[in-house]
Amino acid sequence: MDAQAATHEHAHPKPILYLKVALILFVMTALEVLAFEVSHRPGAPMHDLVAPLLNEILIILSACKFALVAMFYMHLKQDSKIFAGLFIFPLIIATVIIGALLLLFAYLRMLHPTA
Amino acid sequence: MAHATAHAMHPPTATGLDTRKLAIWTFIGSECLFFATLISNYLVFKGKSLVGPLPHEASQCVLHGQMTTCEPIFEIPLVTFGTAVLLFSSFFVVLALNGAQHGNRKRLIGWLSATVVCGLFFIGMQVYEFRHFYHKGLGFTTNLFGSSFYTLTGFHGTHVTIGVIWLATLLVLAIRGKIPAEKSLNLELAALYWHFVDVVWIVIFPVVYLMR
Amino acid sequence: MATIAMGHAGAEAAYAGKRGLWSWITTVDHKRIGILYGVTAFLFFLLGGVEALLLRWQLGAPDKTFLSPEVYNQLFTMHGTTMIFLGVMPLSAMFFNYFIPLQIGARDVAFPRLNAYSYWVFLFGGLVLNASFLFNAAPDMGWFAYANLTSRQYSPGLNVDFWIIGLQILGIASLAAAVNFFVTIINLRAPGMKMMRMPMFVWMSLITQVLLLLAFPIITVALVLLMLDRNFGTHFFVPSGGGDPVLWQHLFWLFGHPEVYILILPAFGVVSEILPVFSRKPLFGYAAMVFSGCFIAFLGFGVWSHHMFSTGMGPMADTVFSLGTMLIAIPTGVKIFNWIGTVWGGSIQFKTPMYFALGFVAMFIIGGLSGVMHASPPADLQQTDSYFIVAHFHYVLFGGSIFALTAGAYYWFPKMTGRMLSEALGKVHFWLMFLGFNLTFAPMHILGLNGMPRRVYTYSADMGFGFWNAVETAGSLILGLSFLVFIVNILKTLRRGAVAPADPWHGATLEWSIPSPPQEWNFAVEPTVEGRDPLWELQRTRGALPEPTRVSGKGIHLPSPSYWPIVTAFGTALTLVGFLMHVTLGVIVAGVAITMLGIFAWAFEPADH
Repeated sequence: MDAQAATHEHAHPKPILYLKVALILFVMTALEVLAFEVSHRPGAPMHDLVAPLLNEILIILSACKFALVAMFYMHLKQDSKIFAGLFIFPLIIATVIIGALLLLFAYLRMLHPTA
Repeated sequence: MAHATAHAMHPPTATGLDTRKLAIWTFIGSECLFFATLISNYLVFKGKSLVGPLPHEASQCVLHGQMTTCEPIFEIPLVTFGTAVLLFSSFFVVLALNGAQHGNRKRLIGWLSATVVCGLFFIGMQVYEFRHFYHKGLGFTTNLFGSSFYTLTGFHGTHVTIGVIWLATLLVLAIRGKIPAEKSLNLELAALYWHFVDVVWIVIFPVVYLMR
Repeated sequence: MATIAMGHAGAEAAYAGKRGLWSWITTVDHKRIGILYGVTAFLFFLLGGVEALLLRWQLGAPDKTFLSPEVYNQLFTMHGTTMIFLGVMPLSAMFFNYFIPLQIGARDVAFPRLNAYSYWVFLFGGLVLNASFLFNAAPDMGWFAYANLTSRQYSPGLNVDFWIIGLQILGIASLAAAVNFFVTIINLRAPGMKMMRMPMFVWMSLITQVLLLLAFPIITVALVLLMLDRNFGTHFFVPSGGGDPVLWQHLFWLFGHPEVYILILPAFGVVSEILPVFSRKPLFGYAAMVFSGCFIAFLGFGVWSHHMFSTGMGPMADTVFSLGTMLIAIPTGVKIFNWIGTVWGGSIQFKTPMYFALGFVAMFIIGGLSGVMHASPPADLQQTDSYFIVAHFHYVLFGGSIFALTAGAYYWFPKMTGRMLSEALGKVHFWLMFLGFNLTFAPMHILGLNGMPRRVYTYSADMGFGFWNAVETAGSLILGLSFLVFIVNILKTLRRGAVAPADPWHGATLEWSIPSPPQEWNFAVEPTVEGRDPLWELQRTRGALPEPTRVSGKGIHLPSPSYWPIVTAFGTALTLVGFLMHVTLGVIVAGVAITMLGIFAWAFEPADH
């Protein structure tokens, strides 16, 4: 516990860093919503660029937000790699499962198209 | 909870890491699969509802066999605001933890209170949203969208509620001076859980509300 | 050995109430909890065995009317559910509990009260599941509960609901225990016990905990969705509402396939302990055993749809899952060759644990071979839903897990009780079990390929299934007899068996360095480990070790007993039972209140009282 307190002290980022992260997260959220709104309004500027790529844009933005919260708020950047491993390994399995289920049911969807 | 003096006499661990912190991360890892399954369920049934209301496609809304134009059911501004509130609550709990680790009781109590308030606001927003949807005709069993939406966001909301109770308990302890710097881990454990709940929402928000 | 004395200055080892029921109810000692798991699990196992004997009696001849189809369905569903969740898993948990801390040189698990909580939740879950018999509503839709047979429309009674609630309760027990054992193994190892020096049982247990942590959340969600369909009117698995019954199969097997590795990996671990000791040789290929175990677990998440080859997923999906399934045979094969390599050239001690361990290797090979046969989708289209599959999984789960767990029981009984089981009776047990097991399950390969379907309560005389079914029924009676021999052996030994020394088998791992049975604190002095097989290492440098003496335990601090785990466990079970018949709000509220009271009291309970 003492050893841990020591590493905690010298690896401790200043609160200002967390404020920056908070603002970046806020901006990214705003961008997500902006992308959504633009792709729903055919006349909006950048519509033709954004609309077909909406899902990809959202995935990238949310992945970045996820990583920021994990690395900074949850301290994974400074902490032992064991903690990161405990989070990342299940995330990989989770992503594979979501992907596999989507694939399996997307095929079925192609056979039976819905409205 | 172990006495403050007991901490110094705890035997060193094999990894040098705190056992309780290891446990909360292990639990969080497991919870990833829980939410992944709920999210998969939502995605698998996306677009497969037999009747409306539907999340986005206004022009295809079908009510009782008649084609009718109706509004998309989501209220993006409200949810976006709730999302921002939850994001900032994560920031606030980090500041609270920072205060705890430096023995700064005022900062701890102030920012922890802000976190709890944000959590309560988020829950309130969800409750309002659920009632609003219900009035617009989206019940739990109306269609697959309703069932999978309420199940996914309902379980997330339950996790938020548990988090609020946990943080509120720690807030009471903090006010009574029971969270000195040596015991800041108690808050760190709750904060990790809270961040996880936030991170799950970071995934749910675009997947449910924004994606096609 | 380094002498780091563990303890808080001035605190006496407090063992108030060491005897009596209350001491068992409030125990947080991993050894006692292990015994609780073991006894409870063994009783449920016998119950599952009786269910099997009844099934076998019904199938012993064509057109029998001993059991009605409805009762038959309940018995085969409960047999499977009981053996998996109330038999093999908690029997493994007995060994996790008792021996993980001992083998890593720790005083207890990371969270002793959480450990007790897990046991009580398991007990309550098993009781809820079996309470269904009292309502004449035991689950009857197969242990895998395929949709939409499980919908309210086709299963109007409480049978499915008991299964859902029972499994949810049991799932919570498993998850809590998995967090506990995972953290224990990672963080509480004695100085010098690096990961690659851990006993193989500890490695396999670690991997099992990871599987539990990742797989159980999936079944938790699946059970919730099914409950919502049945009690709240959703249509996740109901086609008329747009739902898809096949989704249930995916979610179930996403859990179910890792589950079978949860059932077999601890067995692998036990056998990897026994074969070296009784061959007087270290385990062959330690690193390969570790990595193959990890590989099996990881791959185990990618093969679930090999249970679904007949659902029409399409050639692409079939191929992917088929290849993955065949691939898993490779690390499994590595293990088998390494076990053979361990025994090869060793000085074989033909004691009862060794008989069962060798029996495991042989029977598991057979089960694995039939498993690889199922991996081919076209072949599986004939085999699926036939007795060929029943043969396969009994060879791996009985010939595999049960033989291995029995080996572990004979191996570790002296350590747990301080008495030696009778070798003579042990060998009788083995031969009866070996004979009975093979007579019961080998003919199922033949019957399956000849077309006998699974899950049928009878068959007509002109099908030609009569002869082998009769053989199987006779075999099952011999199997039952073998367990009677085991029980007699245990009871006789507990009454007046030979006293066991600390190290009756010349073992390699730390549990053999302390008295039999161990004192509450396990190690008087925390061990320091210098290599794999620490005891053999020590004996190499210092010769035979003296019999360890029992010490007073003064100055050793242990976690205090507590009744909050059982209270919280009761609250947990009560909350879920409130969902059994639609929603009984009062019960749920009471359950939540008790759970919250338990958690708060537990959290604020002083460490020493």
